[in-house]
Amino acid sequence: MTQQHHTPARGDGEEPDAPVPAAVQANTQAVDDLLDEIDDVLEQNAESFVRGFVQKGGQ
Amino acid sequence: MGIETEYGILGGDGVRQNPMALSALVVAAYAQASGRRSRTRWSYEGEDPLSDARGWRLDGAAAHPSQLTDDPDRPAPSGDDADPGHLDGPLLRRHRPQDLERDDPAAANMLLTNGARLYVDHAHPEYSSPEVASALDGVRWDRAGEEVMLSAVRTLAANPHTPEVHLYKNNVDGKGASYGTHENFLVRRDVPFDELVRYLTPFLVTRTILVGAGRVGLGQAGEEPGFQLSQRADYIEAHVGLETTLRRPIVNTRDEPHADPQRFRRLHVIIGDANCSETATYLKLGMTSLVLGVLEAAVLGGSADPAADGDTPGVLAVPDAWAGLALADPVDAVHRVSRDLTLEEGLELADGGTATAWEIQRAYLDGVRQVLTDRLDEDEARVVATWDRLLGLLRSDRPAAAREVEWLAKLQVLEALRARHHLAWDHAKVAAVDLQWSDVRPERGLYARLRAAGAVATLATEQEVSDAVVHPPVDTRAYFRGEAVRRYPDAVAAAGWNGLVLDVPSEPTLVRVPMTDPTRGTRALLGPLLDASPDAGALLARLTGATPEAIPPSAAPASA
Repeated sequence: MTQQHHTPARGDGEEPDAPVPAAVQANTQAVDDLLDEIDDVLEQNAESFVRGFVQKGGQ
Repeated sequence: MGIETEYGILGGDGVRQNPMALSALVVAAYAQASGRRSRTRWSYEGEDPLSDARGWRLDGAAAHPSQLTDDPDRPAPSGDDADPGHLDGPLLRRHRPQDLERDDPAAANMLLTNGARLYVDHAHPEYSSPEVASALDGVRWDRAGEEVMLSAVRTLAANPHTPEVHLYKNNVDGKGASYGTHENFLVRRDVPFDELVRYLTPFLVTRTILVGAGRVGLGQAGEEPGFQLSQRADYIEAHVGLETTLRRPIVNTRDEPHADPQRFRRLHVIIGDANCSETATYLKLGMTSLVLGVLEAAVLGGSADPAADGDTPGVLAVPDAWAGLALADPVDAVHRVSRDLTLEEGLELADGGTATAWEIQRAYLDGVRQVLTDRLDEDEARVVATWDRLLGLLRSDRPAAAREVEWLAKLQVLEALRARHHLAWDHAKVAAVDLQWSDVRPERGLYARLRAAGAVATLATEQEVSDAVVHPPVDTRAYFRGEAVRRYPDAVAAAGWNGLVLDVPSEPTLVRVPMTDPTRGTRALLGPLLDASPDAGALLARLTGATPEAIPPSAAPASA
């Protein structure tokens, strides 16, 4: 599990000085936390999982 | 209103059963988990999926087999004369089936005590929520459906003799298949269908910016790498039509009200995504109801309906601004809106000029306020406030909007993942995140993990959701359906949206109780009666002092 914490890559054009509300900070932290553990959460072999996800059409 | 959701289904490692068999196992597993081995069958009486709102009826022989969702053995509904009091019409007699084995359909089917239906539709397990009267209740009973599915998954996983099954609340497999999440709205029959089509189209096409679930891949089979706002957009291929499984339309014309057809139609909306976001479900139901409310108010405003006048001055009408929102090419606009992550692309209007999806949503919100402001109840006022707030955040503060706009929440996770590991949009991990976003298992579902971390907004408490798994809403006919099944499990021989069939030893035949008005059958109307009836026989006796009418010839069972 990697410990590096990049900020999500949507910084272009954002005001750097704009105050970040607490809820948004929590949000960003939660996304980072999720990515920290993503390899444990995702099905072991992403490629075969995605390939095997075949559904019948429905309504 | 209500939402029906076909869940994506996948067998665990080494599972070979086909999805139809696995879906049937899901239903059976829930029956086991909930301790209900009731013999209640689904009653198709009164269902007519081939009836078209435009006034004609598709011949059964000409229909695609997937459109035939009713039971052709059943007779057409009898014309019920509504009588005042507790009943929506006279009780009707039905023969007891002679041969239960023959009559018992292989298709798994379950009526839940919360008034919902759990069954297998088109190789997917489907949860059809009970009828609810508010958008907030819509969220509660939609979330209850997720819990029902989770319970089935856990039950199958715990049993060494059954295959492991995983369920996903999404709409696409990325290989070309799509399965639906349909909203249903009760609409007054006197709103002309042409008006519904005209004013709903621009609204439905553009509401995606608020309620899209987000999708990795562009094109029906995800041929092009990328991200779009909607799961469903690429499968919308017609403006208006009856189909739900092919050439799917923006406005579906299925005219099967599951209610008194003289008074109601059921608007069947098939363009929407399966949403994990509670705010998205809330807005999807709430905003659409309000737009329909404006069209209903406009019909009443021009008539002498005594229920309409009251103290409201002036004549209510559809806002002038809405007339100018007709899109030059609605189907093309569905695809454009879904692919425009900037929300700034202008859509061509039929009268010339352009408007963005955001501007069109703003015009609908303004129109709702203009016409309905004095008439909004608390829940509706909250829908309006949420609609307004999120439109503002979409322009001014996207990170904040991501707490409540599902496609933005998904995009936020995907962009962070891509940046961290330098992944392209067509990387398997990116697609895996999209799929696992909606896994119903809280330890596996990525949206569920964000919810557990407090990173997304919620509208229903865990307690409210678990109550909604067991109990029906109290203010629609789902109350009577759910309570009858819970209180008299052995006496409910069959149940459908618009009626219950009771099998009571003291009666010589089955007795059908019609429920043709979705706003009745409530706790206020029938609660005391149910409380005073220890068994279904007592209920029947109290429902009417009179003997049920004789068996009409048309209700005889099909010859064996």
